Amino acid sequence: MNATSDNEKKAVSDEQATEAKESSNEWPLWEIFIRGQHGLSHRHMGSLHAPDAQMAINNARDVYTRRNEGVSIWAVPSSQIAASSPSDKGPLYEPSNSKVYRHPTFFDIPDDVGHM
Amino acid sequence: MYAQMVKTDSTGVKSIDDMSEQEAAFQARIDRDEKIEPKEWMPDNYRKTLIRQISQHAHSEIVGQLPEGNWISRAPTLERKAILLAKVQDEAGHGLYLYCAAETLGISRDEMFDQLHSGKAKYSSIFNYPTLTWADIGAVGWLVDGAAIMNQVPLQRTSYGPYARAMVRICKEESFHQRQGFHIMMKMAKGTAAQKRMAQDALNRFWGPSLMMFGPSDKNSVHSAQSMAWKIKMNTNDELRQKFVDQTVPQAEYLGLTVPDDTLAWNEEKQGYDFADPDWDEFHAVLAGNGPCNKERLGARVTAWEDGKWFREGLLAHSKKRAAIASDAA
Amino acid sequence: MNALHAANPALTIDGALFELLTHLGDNSLILGQRLSAWCGHGPALEEDIALANVALDLIGQTQLWLELAGDVEGQGRSADALAYHRDAFDFRNAHLVEQPNGDFGQTLMRQFLFDAWHLPLLLALTKSPDNRIADIAEKISKEVRYHLERSSDLVIRLGDGSEESHRRMQRALDALMPHAYELLQITDGDALLISEGVIGDITSVTAQWEEQVNSVLALATLSRPNSPAAPGGGRRGRHTEHLGYLLADLQFLQRAYPDATW
Repeated sequence: MNATSDNEKKAVSDEQATEAKESSNEWPLWEIFIRGQHGLSHRHMGSLHAPDAQMAINNARDVYTRRNEGVSIWAVPSSQIAASSPSDKGPLYEPSNSKVYRHPTFFDIPDDVGHM
Repeated sequence: MYAQMVKTDSTGVKSIDDMSEQEAAFQARIDRDEKIEPKEWMPDNYRKTLIRQISQHAHSEIVGQLPEGNWISRAPTLERKAILLAKVQDEAGHGLYLYCAAETLGISRDEMFDQLHSGKAKYSSIFNYPTLTWADIGAVGWLVDGAAIMNQVPLQRTSYGPYARAMVRICKEESFHQRQGFHIMMKMAKGTAAQKRMAQDALNRFWGPSLMMFGPSDKNSVHSAQSMAWKIKMNTNDELRQKFVDQTVPQAEYLGLTVPDDTLAWNEEKQGYDFADPDWDEFHAVLAGNGPCNKERLGARVTAWEDGKWFREGLLAHSKKRAAIASDAA
Repeated sequence: MNALHAANPALTIDGALFELLTHLGDNSLILGQRLSAWCGHGPALEEDIALANVALDLIGQTQLWLELAGDVEGQGRSADALAYHRDAFDFRNAHLVEQPNGDFGQTLMRQFLFDAWHLPLLLALTKSPDNRIADIAEKISKEVRYHLERSSDLVIRLGDGSEESHRRMQRALDALMPHAYELLQITDGDALLISEGVIGDITSVTAQWEEQVNSVLALATLSRPNSPAAPGGGRRGRHTEHLGYLLADLQFLQRAYPDATW
């Protein structure tokens, strides 16, 4: 068998792998967010696989909280997360960086105005 | 290490002159210690090498459940049983975190399992050795986790964000693993004559394989340089191996156990121990699939996966039924 | 229970309490031992982790019950001494928990039939006049509430899942249901402890078990077999052949090296 046919064979098997992946029975991936007892907002903890949302939450209790009580869990399908794309990095972040007035220290308030 | 011989998709380090503008910008970000995140541009070889390394690490975690899991049923006290079970459970969790990190690079967990089960993907050679006595559970915690920590702590600073974050979580959870192993060894080494004999025997059998965990000697390690430039490998194999020996020999002395190496000697000049190479022929044989337990370990994983198929599919079928009912009602 | 037992003049409060506490501790120990064998061999990584949590809870519960059993007995036996140095005929667990793991469906069905009894029993025991019992029951009923939620949910999902998962769950139910009834028996010792005001009234546990089992099986589209109760006898120290092998494994180190500490 020469190198070319090896490569061809590989290309075919890669295609098959992609097809198999699409029709696969893999449980979907979920992103897990947890809010602890101290009132801070939900925080991304990681991901896991589960067949549906309820099981994602159940699994998250075991995988990411070791079942601490009093925590709130969000499970979001990973495929449903909308994310800023890295190529937008400039436009999305630069305008707010230039809006320095959003930072309170930008405004020089005379002392005799009192606390603000 | 848990990722011992990760093939880098390159033939040495690319020089700045050979890089495209995009590649040079990428390398500059890594040099500035910026983290690379999932959807950002990265060289194809960086992605492929990372998938290989992270999945190899993940496979090592779940195959690594087996040698220790072998003694859960026989743990000598209820407390030891609970601790060992919690530790082996942690390893499943660490495998899960790592698979998730690899999934952000565009490979599914099922694909990675397929690669493991077909023998295409590797896992650490250390898990192909048997655990024969209870002292082996101590030795695995003390030596194997000790060696793993040497590698994992620096990897918390690795350049790929999801991998670094997984390592932070893993290191935090793993802090008790090595200590529990050493604690078992202390009890054994200071125990009855029979226990002491088990402890020495465990050290005799696990010393060489532990040294092998760091991978081949730097002079024979062809894949390291590019990975180090990419900051997905933080230290050379020989650096970490030396550090491990320097840390472990005094611990063995404390236990009153003898490191099975006649050539072991303190070297004042390098401020470290001189020690014998492990048997590299054995290392390559184990990696090639011909170690003492390769077939059992891989066989156990394949069996678990195949026997679990109906369970995974049954749950999926139920979820689909529920979703169909919900959409009919809507 | 039966004439032989009722005629037993040696039935004392402490004796009955020791027996009940070893029953509770041994159930947790043997089931925890069975479940922990799945660690590293589960059907999905998430499930491997979740089931290990249940096993860990059960081993923790064993320590609490057997330690109290040792105190009640007053002969200086620790939880470990009771777990590792009794032979099968001194174990008081029900036959259900010593049944082999089988496929994962059998493991889950065994868990469900057990949890459906375990939770109402513990809730009744939280009302025990003896605070030592009430406190332990309070603590562990929180864990067991989660076990029951989980096992009920999985039985429903797999029963009403694919054709194959349904078939496997029905097979598991048919095999295990006869062993479940033993848990529901109230012994003469239990009756004595209730009437003497040591433990809460556990006589309503059967009705609660029936309700939980029937409603979950209905949702799971599984049919409850009419088969009679298996002979049982765990609370008299009469066990199936499985227990001897389980104990040989569990107790190996303590038996082989009796003078060692670990």
